[in-house]
Amino acid sequence: MEKRVTFSKWRIGILFAVPQLLLIFTFFYWPAGQAVYWSLTLQQPWGGGNIWVGLDNFRSILSNADYWNSITASLVFAGISTGLAMFIALVLAALTDRQLAGSRLYRVVLIWPYGIAAPALAMAFRFILAPEAGFMAVVNQVWPGFWDPGLDGTDAMASIIVAFSWKYVGYNFIFFLAAFQAIPRSLIEAAAMDGSGVIRRFWDIQFPLITPTIFFLLVINITESFQDSFGIVDIMTAGGPANATNLMVYKIYSDGFKGLDYSGAAAQSIILMLLIIVLTIFQFRFIERRVHYR
Amino acid sequence: MTMIKRGFAALAAGALSTALAMPAFAEPVKFDFWFGLSGDLARVVDTLCKNFNASQADYEVVCTSQGNYDATLQNTIAAFRAGKQPAVVQVYDVGTATMMLSGAYKPADKLMEENGYKIDYADYFPGIARYYATSKGEMLSFPFNSSTALLYWNKDAFSKIGKTEAPKTWEDVGADLKAMKDAGYECPMAINISANESWQLMEQFSAIHNQPIATKNNGYDGLDARLEVNKTKFVQYVTDLKKWYDAGLIKIKSKDLGQDMVQAFASGTCQVIMTSVGDHGTVGKTQKEGMHWDVAELPVYAGTERKNSLVGGASLWVLSGKSDAEYKGAAAFLNFIHDPKTALFWSTNTGYIPVTKSGFDYMKSSGFYDKAPYKGRETAIASLTASEPTEITRGVRLGNFTQIRAEFGTQMQAIFANKVSVQEGLDTLVKNGDAILDRFQQTYPGKTLP
Repeated sequence: MEKRVTFSKWRIGILFAVPQLLLIFTFFYWPAGQAVYWSLTLQQPWGGGNIWVGLDNFRSILSNADYWNSITASLVFAGISTGLAMFIALVLAALTDRQLAGSRLYRVVLIWPYGIAAPALAMAFRFILAPEAGFMAVVNQVWPGFWDPGLDGTDAMASIIVAFSWKYVGYNFIFFLAAFQAIPRSLIEAAAMDGSGVIRRFWDIQFPLITPTIFFLLVINITESFQDSFGIVDIMTAGGPANATNLMVYKIYSDGFKGLDYSGAAAQSIILMLLIIVLTIFQFRFIERRVHYR
Repeated sequence: MTMIKRGFAALAAGALSTALAMPAFAEPVKFDFWFGLSGDLARVVDTLCKNFNASQADYEVVCTSQGNYDATLQNTIAAFRAGKQPAVVQVYDVGTATMMLSGAYKPADKLMEENGYKIDYADYFPGIARYYATSKGEMLSFPFNSSTALLYWNKDAFSKIGKTEAPKTWEDVGADLKAMKDAGYECPMAINISANESWQLMEQFSAIHNQPIATKNNGYDGLDARLEVNKTKFVQYVTDLKKWYDAGLIKIKSKDLGQDMVQAFASGTCQVIMTSVGDHGTVGKTQKEGMHWDVAELPVYAGTERKNSLVGGASLWVLSGKSDAEYKGAAAFLNFIHDPKTALFWSTNTGYIPVTKSGFDYMKSSGFYDKAPYKGRETAIASLTASEPTEITRGVRLGNFTQIRAEFGTQMQAIFANKVSVQEGLDTLVKNGDAILDRFQQTYPGKTLP
């Protein structure tokens, strides 16, 4: 038996990992566990008495038509805004990657929107898209009643999609541009010398090489569109009109914080978490197959 | 629960150590007051707090705005669960039922009695007092900022159609709006149909017409009350509003659309609105130059015997779990606010009404209501005291009322966007509202409202 005091490798490993584990436990596992517990009880807002109700909260949520409407709205929002934000960012990144005059300036300008806080951005768009005062007022003068996000659910959905995409175009752009820049110039120059045009070079060389980035952004964008949309919805539509933009994350907030229904909100947040997990697994299983990692 | 208890223990220990460490000249006892007003109104509250602190040397109130009513209640609940609650908190009218079942407060009348203050509760306007009192009449919280809804009308536009008085019945309103439209006014009347306007549209209308919002006397008699606005006169009212909206006599104005109804009225764009007397000052300050306007009581349907309108605004609750010294301070603070002179200061600077008869008389005798910018505000008192409160007009006491109001906004939007008929929308409002009430009742099994 050795008498020397030594630290085995795994002990040191644990020692270094402890602070991190502690943080993750305090700020993730513990609250998540708490949410699970709350979702199985009826919490009195001021504390004092909690009633065990088992799965009743889930039953009542899933039998509520408003909740299904909220799931549909979230999926529509996630699908369209992610598609829009990624497509526009990809086109812009492809264009600025080329040796254009002033491309440094374009880059800075395009990256900016992501730096704007969601509430400030939402305020700006609320102004721009106001039917009576903003830019759309002009359109409404030509076609009266064309744009009415205050009563028309489709218009309201369109406004939050535009605001959200606007923000994520900036974010996606940074990644796409980095991906394009990582492609060796020689590859593209060689193709150019062989006589292939811009479009051809994009589809055959650049696009396959940036698929890992596309996949990464797809996962991030979809996840964020479920979670980060909150600020925009709160300021632009507050879930209205008639629940048309009452996305899942916003419904959790309004039921839990405004309505003081902590248990119902906890149950909803667990459903949202499960939905995001399922969507992410789905993406990894079916979309990642088509990604070429270098 | 244990955390709260530990919090109490810590607080008690803290109080003890400060007591032991007291120097010869005692520092004033500090206590917290959280409130939900912001902007201009928050500055008035801050001045009020400074005046209180300057008025005596024993206590110091620390006033903190939490931004809005919702946030104030949320933050207070979070603080309470952590054992760090303020001594006094401002809670909006619709939070009353939730507060009453919280078990987290010290009844205001008991607090005053224990600390030797004699308050004449009969001095409060009954319509205001009963909103915050138990069914036996004990005052659990003190009314603070109170208001009621009024009809704001543009005299210039009405004189164009040959009228010198505000419409008294809804039948007249319909005819007048039509006449104004024919006279070329683009927006005869503006309304908003989001959650908060439930106050003007559903709650005030129902009270004035003595129509219930829910069974069990609007919830005063039990947590098993359920909504019934889909079969009262309210159905006729929404039908008329929708009809006038379709005919272009009413426009929907809200901040999201670029201009809220108060701005629309003050700028002369829209000729009639219904809003809180609290907006009286704003209209006066922002109105189009030379515009003539006045306020009147909300109209009723022909043949209706008018009842008192409902109080809106918020009241002050004293929370449990504080030290005796802090309670002494809180009691002194409530007594200060109750003073007629404070009422005059408060009402002059905000537009809210005095909540006591003595406050109102004091303001009348000081000539307040004869002065130009404040003239008309006495109409709010007339509206609130139009009758002795009935079982239905003393208030609305429903759990989770914030969510019910949200549901009101949702269904009104669906009705006005032609997604559902008026009856269908109101039926859904009742169905979903009942589910909310049901849930509230389940959360507090075996409990009854005090």
